[in-house]
Amino acid sequence: MSILDGKVPAGPIKDKWKTYKDKVNLVNPANKRNIDVIVVGTGLAGGSAAATLAEQGYNVKAFCYQDSPRRAHSIAAQGGINAAKNYQGDGDSTYRLFYDTVKGGDYRSREANVHRLAEVSTNIIDQCVAQGVPFARDYGGLLDNRSFGGVLVSRTFYAKGQTGQQLLLGAYSAMNRQIARGKIEMFNRHEMLDVVVVDGKARGIIARNLVTGEIERHSAHAVVLGTGGYGNVFFLSTNAMGSNATAAWKAHRRGAYFANPCYTQIHPTCIPRSGDYQSKLTLMSESLRNDGRIWVPARKEDVEAIRSGKLKPTAIPEENRDYYLERRYPAFGNLVPRDVASRAAKERCDEGYGVNATGEAVYLDFASAIVRYGKEQATIKGEVDASEARIKELGKEIVKAKYGNLFDMYKQIAAENPYETPMMIYPAVHYTMGGIWVDYNLMTTIPGCYAIGEANFSDHGANRLGASALMQGLADGYFVLPYTIGDYLSNDIRTGKISTDTAEFAAAEKEVTERLEGLVNNKGTRSVDYYHKQLGNIMWNKCGMSRNEKGLKEAIAEIAELREDFWKNVSVPGGAYELNQELEKAGRVADFLELGELFAKDALDRNESCGGHFREESVEQGGPQDGEALRDDVNYAYVSAWEYKGKPSDAVLHKEQLEFKDIELKQRSYK
Amino acid sequence: MSNMNLTLKIWRQKGANDKGKMVDYKVADISEHMSFLEMMDVLNEQLINSGDEPVAFDHDCREGICGSCSMFINGEAHGPVKGTTTCQLHMRSFKDGDTIFIEPFRAKAFPVIKDLVVDRSAFDRIQQSGGFISVNTSGNTQDANATPIPKHDADLAMDAAACIGCGACVATCKNSSAMLFTGAKISQYALLPQGRVEARDRAQNMVAQMDAEGFGNCTNTGACEVECPKGIDLSNIARMNRELLSGSLNG
Repeated sequence: MSILDGKVPAGPIKDKWKTYKDKVNLVNPANKRNIDVIVVGTGLAGGSAAATLAEQGYNVKAFCYQDSPRRAHSIAAQGGINAAKNYQGDGDSTYRLFYDTVKGGDYRSREANVHRLAEVSTNIIDQCVAQGVPFARDYGGLLDNRSFGGVLVSRTFYAKGQTGQQLLLGAYSAMNRQIARGKIEMFNRHEMLDVVVVDGKARGIIARNLVTGEIERHSAHAVVLGTGGYGNVFFLSTNAMGSNATAAWKAHRRGAYFANPCYTQIHPTCIPRSGDYQSKLTLMSESLRNDGRIWVPARKEDVEAIRSGKLKPTAIPEENRDYYLERRYPAFGNLVPRDVASRAAKERCDEGYGVNATGEAVYLDFASAIVRYGKEQATIKGEVDASEARIKELGKEIVKAKYGNLFDMYKQIAAENPYETPMMIYPAVHYTMGGIWVDYNLMTTIPGCYAIGEANFSDHGANRLGASALMQGLADGYFVLPYTIGDYLSNDIRTGKISTDTAEFAAAEKEVTERLEGLVNNKGTRSVDYYHKQLGNIMWNKCGMSRNEKGLKEAIAEIAELREDFWKNVSVPGGAYELNQELEKAGRVADFLELGELFAKDALDRNESCGGHFREESVEQGGPQDGEALRDDVNYAYVSAWEYKGKPSDAVLHKEQLEFKDIELKQRSYK
Repeated sequence: MSNMNLTLKIWRQKGANDKGKMVDYKVADISEHMSFLEMMDVLNEQLINSGDEPVAFDHDCREGICGSCSMFINGEAHGPVKGTTTCQLHMRSFKDGDTIFIEPFRAKAFPVIKDLVVDRSAFDRIQQSGGFISVNTSGNTQDANATPIPKHDADLAMDAAACIGCGACVATCKNSSAMLFTGAKISQYALLPQGRVEARDRAQNMVAQMDAEGFGNCTNTGACEVECPKGIDLSNIARMNRELLSGSLNG
């Protein structure tokens, strides 16, 4: 085990980024023309990085597995993007955004990176508006903000419920401009299957053309991974079906340390699973918890009656309902952070109080909000004798104005009217805070290989705040990486074109080809999805919202066993040299089967509860916080960065000690 | 409602240069709560387990926003429910014993790659010909609030920008016209002061590329608007024509 150096610049936190930029090595414009950069992934991070690097003059090759860069999963983000503009004059500042993000991350992120993120957040909004991103505006024509995720200011910019879409289309338009100029060569329907390391430096990738199946070599002076998170290791998540960890995992296998794999965000307000055929889960904005009250029946007999269809939730009287968040957390009630709300739902369902056929759902009820808003409206309108029906009618109008699109979405998927009966919700895997370890330059432990956006680990600690993922993706891609990569590339101005006709490229290509051919020639008996679902079950049950030593040890053994079975018995129809979606899935699941085990190993090592990582062994004993998550700053205020050594069980732990010079470490309390 | 047994008639085509045909499949015990694509997953699992090749189809987010999914179901782009992508279509829209026809989006400019997967890269090339504002990502543009934009214009721009680029408009149009798609992007920028600077050239370049890709002309049937899963309306085509006309009048 060694101690990792994050290469954080010296000096006061407020000046670090500025000083860094003043002193960093630059590449002159004429030399940029001689330097190639590969960007893998075209979401907010990859797309914005590719566009900016091309604008600066580098020759960019961009890759995405989708049929167009516009379809990367950033597109699905609903709520908004944070920025410390303080347009509302409500006391926001760079420092406050920095502080909220570090605290929200339960003090497990790197201070200097987070401060830089907060600093550049305001540039993002300026840039996006200049690009034509249609953010919501108020009647005076200025930008509107909403509050989000329990912070005390309104700093979230949004474009209806489609903020991710609009920001991604902005980055896509910037890419298109560079594609038209020939500065970005775009490779759609291509999947990166290895990083090629030459003399210790990342010098290219091996990619598969997903239409023809052809294996291609691509060289560059640096490789940037903006390939997103690994939530699909759980099989069911709110990620897109194709979201995968393969690029990140290949980099890990080639020497990039993988940091904090156990930090996963499980979002409390998703639409529950309806059956075994379920392929993915759908999230609804957490803003619903501002007005919805979460409950389950207090009596088991009512639960049975509901499941068998004999009882409707609206018929259960108040005294037989358990508003468990309000009961357990009187101060924050339904507005506790995401991790706390998720665990509490699981606790009730594990006890047998889940309200749907699968036993994994709780109610999110707007009935009292409808009455409250209705009475307010009746008063405003002077309808002193308004009937109960009239009050509900008025209340529903307000609820519709606030949450109409979410209610429509729920109705479309669940076929129930949430204005009349409570919604059913259950937590789902949503985002992974862990990822490839990077230093302050966003460079991985492979020189010349960078990781940006959700693919890296640095900014969100053990828990991410709402509306911060979009901010980080664009900050890394537009404003951080284009500076930091120049420092590295300034040493490459005389290198010249990197040849793909070398032993390193040949060896990597051979490995990739053999693996693909092995998969299609395996002729086993079980589908790829069978293994993915099995893995998902292990992950969800033993590495999900609540983890303990026994379960994690079992998970490690079971995943290793499942992986062995996969390579023996998986069946992949079709050939390697054609469009073959089962083969694509097989490669991704094979990597998840390794990542999942490292995830469990990391969770086992971290015997503390922090953010999204809850260890049953580390809880408050007695006192007002009895049973709540207990962080251990004395023993665990470090980043776990794992080095690949062949098998996940042999992975070696390296630690980056976290220092908090500007923020005092505190235990979170929501009682 | 009990579960359904269905007959599926699906377009199978091995590759771009192979001849395709409709093939019949049976699926049993389909829950009404399944999404259409989950029903397709059931079929594919069945095919894999019996040693056959699964049906290839594009899909990704499965929440109606990425624009990947693209089937023509019973003669309608994205199936029978209005304002819905295939991934958000649920099996409760069908009934036991139904026969469902599933074909790829068909247009000269969208050649079939395999089965239900088509090549929509023509849309990317239209965007590359002018679907952007020429501003570098310096971070030193003017402050975001320096130019107020009337809320009405900003909202209209947002409505146009909601296009997911799925191609339902093209697949539905008897002329395979891409005017709704192209008009939406031209409109988004034409409605914002930032986009006005290049508005004239943008319209001309994007329309020229659209024609070069082999998309047909618009004959105002309005089918595209009806089938658009995101409710992009015909006024965007009118606005595109206005931009184009004012451009040509000004030379």
